[in-house]
Amino acid sequence: MSVFIDKNTKVLVQGITGSTALFHTKQMLEYGTQIVAGVTPGKGGSEVEGVPVFNTVEEAVKATGANVSVIYVPAPFAADAILECVDAELDMAICITEHIPVVDMVKVKRYMEGRKTRLVGPNCPGVITPDECKIGIMPGYIHTKGHVGVVSRSGTLTYEAVHQLSQEGIGQSTAVGIGGDPVNGTNFIDTLEAFNNDPETEAVIMIGEIGGTAEEEAAEWVKANMTKPVVGFIGGATAPPGKRMGHAGAIISGGKGTAEEKIRVMNECGIAVAETPSVMGETLIKVLKEKGLYDKCKTH
Amino acid sequence: MNIHEYQGKELLRKYGVSVPRGYVAFTPKEAVEAAKELGSAVTVVKAQIHAGGRGKAGGVKIAKSLDEVRTYAKELLGKTLVTHQTGPEGKEIKRLLIEEGCDIKKEYYVGLVLDRATSRITLMASEEGGTEIEEVAEATPEKIFRETIDPVVGLTAFQARRIAFNINIPKELVNKAVRFMLGLYKMFVEKDCSIAEINPLVTTGDGSVMALDAKLNFDANALYRQKDVMEFRDLDEEDSKEIEASKYDLSYISLDGNIGCMVNGAGLAMATMDIIKHYGGDPANFLDVGGGATAEKVTEAFKIILSDENVKGIFVNIFGGIMKCDIIAEGVVEAAKQVGLKVPLVVRLEGTNVELGKKILNESDLDIVAAGTMADGAQKIVELVG
Repeated sequence: MSVFIDKNTKVLVQGITGSTALFHTKQMLEYGTQIVAGVTPGKGGSEVEGVPVFNTVEEAVKATGANVSVIYVPAPFAADAILECVDAELDMAICITEHIPVVDMVKVKRYMEGRKTRLVGPNCPGVITPDECKIGIMPGYIHTKGHVGVVSRSGTLTYEAVHQLSQEGIGQSTAVGIGGDPVNGTNFIDTLEAFNNDPETEAVIMIGEIGGTAEEEAAEWVKANMTKPVVGFIGGATAPPGKRMGHAGAIISGGKGTAEEKIRVMNECGIAVAETPSVMGETLIKVLKEKGLYDKCKTH
Repeated sequence: MNIHEYQGKELLRKYGVSVPRGYVAFTPKEAVEAAKELGSAVTVVKAQIHAGGRGKAGGVKIAKSLDEVRTYAKELLGKTLVTHQTGPEGKEIKRLLIEEGCDIKKEYYVGLVLDRATSRITLMASEEGGTEIEEVAEATPEKIFRETIDPVVGLTAFQARRIAFNINIPKELVNKAVRFMLGLYKMFVEKDCSIAEINPLVTTGDGSVMALDAKLNFDANALYRQKDVMEFRDLDEEDSKEIEASKYDLSYISLDGNIGCMVNGAGLAMATMDIIKHYGGDPANFLDVGGGATAEKVTEAFKIILSDENVKGIFVNIFGGIMKCDIIAEGVVEAAKQVGLKVPLVVRLEGTNVELGKKILNESDLDIVAAGTMADGAQKIVELVG
């Protein structure tokens, strides 16, 4: 088991003919992901890496049964690409694209209300269930199959956490990058809930950063609902206030969204927070040992 | 992106939001001419810098004659204004807004911001105008009223009316306040604002509802479709290294330390700063080279880091995903060749094409200290910088 995606997931790549999408389509195929279709308007009927290309998402879904889309479309067109997935009633749209205007995302979120599709991202590395399905841009080789769930606002910090776990012999059930934008689809709580319900997941690493209050809300949710241990890390303890630290959502404004406050609330809610990004794995292992879960999670 | 108050007011005027009459002035002479043109009994001389708290810091003067306008303009132009938002180094005043004085009856606060929790734009208002909204939220949260806006219909008249009544706008001025808020919202979405704060909004003796100040901030991700807003950009208000970085789509922020950082991914870049600090060092910058970087971009990034005289060492920390390690390695080698590297360089590479990247670095004759993990790299660079 895993969350969101597994070996049966049929993936469609939006913007498949772009250079970034092409590179990552190859990587996903090599990993064993079932990529069944690509979409690039005007390139329908062609083939890329043996994958048939369609003009519209609807056509691609009808012809191939794709149920999850990964979006590499440039930012000015990416919001529309998400809407197209929602309209085609895909199970999930994973949007890798960064720099989508906020006003566009506000409309996308409104359009998605009451609809079937789950959005992950935008501005995220994607989702991977090791040895089954890799959707996005993460380097596949650092992942190992196992029982720890990873959820993060940052792509590269997800890799960092996964790498540390794999090196310590701790495999992952699924790693979910929820993205660094202020308006995104799936949030921490949605993902934690999925991990809580997944029988294969024994513990979770949650990686946040400065800006907003999503980590605080998630911590409260963990305290009230989570039956599995959660450890965390917050990036940006040394970031100056009022400056956008790369991610559109990573900004301390009006004294809100500091790392200090997030860590305080997480600790209060029983989440052990790693002191530096280098000890995320170590921190988790310590908690696994305390809870008697280490042997179960030690996969290799 | 921030703009000046006078530019914000220009934009507001286009959306039918009332603002006092006023002109920008770059010299005392222009200031006096502007005041003559206005012909008002009282003229306000306002320093234009990209920071709040100007009034308290002495950047806003009330002039009762043209001579006073000249005196204040001479005093302010070229002066460094230090407000609670500028930092201790302050900002030099290069522009003034010369504005007609108005007969203020009462000050209010109206602002539009993104509410991340609901993914909606929210209208906030209070009758405690003139003070910062964060202070009002702290002291008297019950005096702040909010309306969540559905993007399908936009801000509705009834919502704006409800806000106007809640903050006790005199009932004969409610319709004007409603038009004011509707115009403000229209501008917010059409111009891709990320913040639009009117503090204070005022009612005047002659029955107007006006924006006495305007703090507008624009979504950097939407500037590609806001050419007229881009023209408001004032490079004097920005850090020169940050301007250089933005030309290459690099996300760079200057800091006070001496360890230059080059990282991919915003989260890892922040965490790299954190870990350098943890081991007793001080980062000189935040730099995310992004996902789509080319060797050329990496070279430019390197040059920007080295253009900071405080930099005594560089830590490159890469976990390749969309970014390939070999591209980073090529860029580093090329940059070191071009600029002649004189400070210690610690490189930690992991992720996509890592072996290729390491090979490129090893085969170069650069003096590079390799690090196995980010903690190892941070410790090494802190030690080397001393």
